[in-house]
Amino acid sequence: MVQLIIRRIGMMILIMLVVALLLFLINEGDPRLIARSILGPYAQDQQLNAWVIENGYDRSVIVRYFEWIGRIFSGDLGDSVIYKRPVSEIFWDRLGNTGILAGVTFVIMVLIALTLGVLAGMKEGSLQDRAISVFSIITTSIPEYASAVFLVGIFVFWLGWLPGTSSMTSGFDPVQMILPVLVLTLYGFGYIARMTRASMAEVMTTPYIRTAVLKGLPYRHIILKHALRNALIAPFTVIMLQINWLLSGVVVTEFAFGYKGFGALLLEAALRRDIFVIEACGVAAVFVAVFTQTVGDLGYTYLNPRIRFK
Amino acid sequence: MSDHASEPPVLEITGLCLSYYTRAGEVPAVYDFDLTVAKGESVGLVGESGCGKSTVANGVMRYMGHNGDIVGGTIKFKGRDMAEMSEEEIRRVRGKDIAMIYQEPMASLNPSLTIGQQLMEVPIIHEGVNKAEAFQRAYDMLSAVHIPDPKRLMISYPHQVSGGQQQRVVIAMALLSRPALLLLDEPTTALDVTVEAGIVELIAELSRETGSSLLYISHNLGLMLEVCDRICVMYSGEVVEEGTIDSIFSWPKHPYTQGLFGCIPLPHADKNARPLVSIKGQLPLPHERPEGCNFGPRCGFFEQGQCDKGLIPMEGVHTDDDPAHRVRCRRWEGIDVTEAVRVDEVREPIEVGETVLEVADMRKYYKVRDRSLAALVSGGAVREVKANESISFRAGEGETVAIVGESGCGKSTFAKVLMGLETATDGEVTLDGTDLGGIPVNKRTAAQLSSLQMVFQNPNDTLNPSHSVGYQIGRVIKRFGIERDSVKRKDRVYELLDTVKLPRAFMTRKPRQLSGGQKQRVGIARAFAGNPKTVIADEPISALDVSVAAAVTELLMDIQREHRTTLLFISHDLSAVRYLSDRVVVMYLGQIMERGSTGQIFAPPYHPYTEALLSAVPIADPEVERRRIVLEGSLPSPLDPPKGCPFSTRCPRKLGEICDNEAPPLQTNADRHVIACHIPLEELREVEPVISIPDRDELHAAQ
Ligand SMILES: Nc1ncnc2c1ncn2[C@@H]1O[C@H](COP(=O)(O)OP(=O)(O)OP(=O)(O)O)[C@@H](O)[C@H]1O
Ligand code: SF4
Ligand code: SF4
Ligand SMILES: [Mg+2]
Repeated sequence: MVQLIIRRIGMMILIMLVVALLLFLINEGDPRLIARSILGPYAQDQQLNAWVIENGYDRSVIVRYFEWIGRIFSGDLGDSVIYKRPVSEIFWDRLGNTGILAGVTFVIMVLIALTLGVLAGMKEGSLQDRAISVFSIITTSIPEYASAVFLVGIFVFWLGWLPGTSSMTSGFDPVQMILPVLVLTLYGFGYIARMTRASMAEVMTTPYIRTAVLKGLPYRHIILKHALRNALIAPFTVIMLQINWLLSGVVVTEFAFGYKGFGALLLEAALRRDIFVIEACGVAAVFVAVFTQTVGDLGYTYLNPRIRFK
Repeated sequence: MSDHASEPPVLEITGLCLSYYTRAGEVPAVYDFDLTVAKGESVGLVGESGCGKSTVANGVMRYMGHNGDIVGGTIKFKGRDMAEMSEEEIRRVRGKDIAMIYQEPMASLNPSLTIGQQLMEVPIIHEGVNKAEAFQRAYDMLSAVHIPDPKRLMISYPHQVSGGQQQRVVIAMALLSRPALLLLDEPTTALDVTVEAGIVELIAELSRETGSSLLYISHNLGLMLEVCDRICVMYSGEVVEEGTIDSIFSWPKHPYTQGLFGCIPLPHADKNARPLVSIKGQLPLPHERPEGCNFGPRCGFFEQGQCDKGLIPMEGVHTDDDPAHRVRCRRWEGIDVTEAVRVDEVREPIEVGETVLEVADMRKYYKVRDRSLAALVSGGAVREVKANESISFRAGEGETVAIVGESGCGKSTFAKVLMGLETATDGEVTLDGTDLGGIPVNKRTAAQLSSLQMVFQNPNDTLNPSHSVGYQIGRVIKRFGIERDSVKRKDRVYELLDTVKLPRAFMTRKPRQLSGGQKQRVGIARAFAGNPKTVIADEPISALDVSVAAAVTELLMDIQREHRTTLLFISHDLSAVRYLSDRVVVMYLGQIMERGSTGQIFAPPYHPYTEALLSAVPIADPEVERRRIVLEGSLPSPLDPPKGCPFSTRCPRKLGEICDNEAPPLQTNADRHVIACHIPLEELREVEPVISIPDRDELHAAQ
């Protein structure tokens, strides 16, 4: 296991470096484009050239790449073109906000999805199974913006229970989190729930569950001790991949509720070519992707004794 | 039988009807089924695959799966009707009063819980004991099922222990709460013979101790003879005959029961003088049962007007051995069932011709890479598995040579080298004068390929599901360049179908439209398509039902007789080996322990391993006496074989250090009978025969 962890972490670093290189080449491969985005559309050719030389962008791209990596490690993410401030000042803040939103959603979503998935898969073909399956298919097929509009309609305009925006202008307010979390959960839980259901249903037909039943174990005990653990092995990887989706997939929801998060920042930066913000966001997204994948694989191995003790 | 006449029987089933509901409608898998199991009694349930044995066991457990149901009859457990018990009561009976053991030990254990956890929960749930006591109970039970090192086992996961040990764990789990009734559904079918022998002995021993009654399901009549007091023969969802072991084995009354006996290669069967007789036809599907007697269409005694009407009741037969012997046949009084299996045609033995295949000192070593850090550091990253070590033997034209041994002994590796799927590491494999050992399959000429063909164990794995039978056979003919003309090729396919006794209409069928035995016949037809000189049959009948196996065995021999084919018969089934082979090679851990003619192998002097193998095979004949030797331990890892004699870790006759340290010498007993052992031949000759067969003809005369 230790050996596997070391190997997987090594792999993870390698993948990060390669993907970061691609990201860097796309954004900073052509120095004149950077100069253009910083100096604006009306800058003359000479100005651009002067800027390139002055800032050392005439050197080879590989040298610049490693410099850039070094700077990232020292916490320097460059300056935002739009805000004229160090990227790190805005970036961590926004990432934190999204972290909170994604974290809360993740916990709630996974809990609901697993419970419903297990309940549905436990008795395949039963009324409870069909009800849950239909519900999860419906919620997953409604896009976030639609459910956002719909829920705002009900809770904000009709019932008046909740605020319609979540900009947190006067400090952090948990009540403002409710709608975004709800929208994300509704959209995202179905996938995990269906994976869990399939896996659970399969486990319930295995001979070892029959053994457990015929040992005279109580139903609860069979589900919790014998079925659950095996049924969660397959969905675990999917659950980890959902973290990924939560980080970048929240863009729409953040926009809909005016929530100042990572997704909103990335969208803004992309629209206005704020190179260094794009880079920082890209690196963060790649990190989360590779990290969750690695944790997913390792967790899968850990949960599965047949692989763990080979 | 029971001495407690006043007590109600442990299990009393009357008029039980069990059905499955499928898209095609209701499938009445079992109907009007009666069975009584007295206290301490063990009752066997035999019959062909699909006759409803497992369904009965599931019905008793009231666990019919999501599409099954109990549609009629009563099941009384210790006098109480189980239908009147609540869910909660049923749950408490399960595992505590009635326990079940299945065929697949690996699949029936939870892969992500330790063996200890799975054992301990039984007393914790049923008797409310604390953890420490549950641990002790589980530990003691593991010792009782003779598992070495139970402490380590308690914390192991199922996949970390061998198949035989897994089955012991399952047995321990079933016996933990000392159930009054134990249901065993083919508990040893998936295991090696030597392991099976140990498990069977264990079950008998423990049930004697705990006083549990047994309902033992198996298709192996030899096993039944050993473990049961009474047996029930099932056919297509109903009992057709029941009685005590002695009564059924000596006076079978139902043509089906007799038919089953005719299918198994008993020691007195002889491929030339007394060939096996298979039961024609197939078990009808539950919803396609004929009017009258279910066995009618397959029965040699069928009488129109008598057998094809109404329900046929069970009738008392009252033999000397068992006054309660009953049979479900209208004509039992008027017929002599032994006639059905008597074949008067005596076949000429095949004369063995010149040597076709010669294997000299063949070795096959596999390299395995050890990827652990420790191995990388110590430099021992590449290790060798000696899958085959100095294999030598010859086979003549028309001869059948059997290669026997437990799983993992290197039988299949040997077959792969012959086929060119692997190349030999050393030595020679000469077929028709050319050394093929080093020539991989893709470098062999069409002639070389066609002269050596193979029949595989599992017909499902080797037939392409998306092509028709005719196409698959035809392609082989084309590839070997035997027939280029497509019309003639079709004729040849027809001929082959005739040879394997399949209707010509099967030409256009897809494999999924065939039964297991039919698929195996297609496999045989394909193997014989290129007129091979030599055919390797790797466990060709072990996946088949007794009656189908008998038919396939006879078929192989008919073809062999006609084409003078050399047959290498790879098998672990010594009864079949004794029946059809001329010579036998006994392998253990990649090495030949003994080789000789069939007569030489089955009589002393034996190699100690041969002796143990012979003693492990149950024989379905109460007259045959057999000395039991149960091997301890399991096959050592081929990565780390014993230094001296490979068998030294389990040998009951082991001499001492010499066996541990020195490879045993090859001692020649008689012409081509070689034994690899340190024990001098004189001493081995003194050993008593394992099996003593009374003279059949004398017996018949006495009757
Ligand atoms: N779940 C099921 N749904 C529909 N039919 C079934 C089901 N299980 C078994 N059957 C059918 O019921 C009949 C009896 O099956 P069962 O498994 O009891 O036979 P068996 O005697 O145990 O055979 P085997 O020796 O192969 O284990 C067969 O015709 C089988 O096809
Ligand atoms: S009743 Fe008739 S068909 Fe059935 S087993 Fe007896 S003789 Fe054969
Ligand atoms: S050499 Fe020794 S260990 Fe091997 S079979 Fe003979 S007696 Fe047994
Ligand atoms: Mg069965």
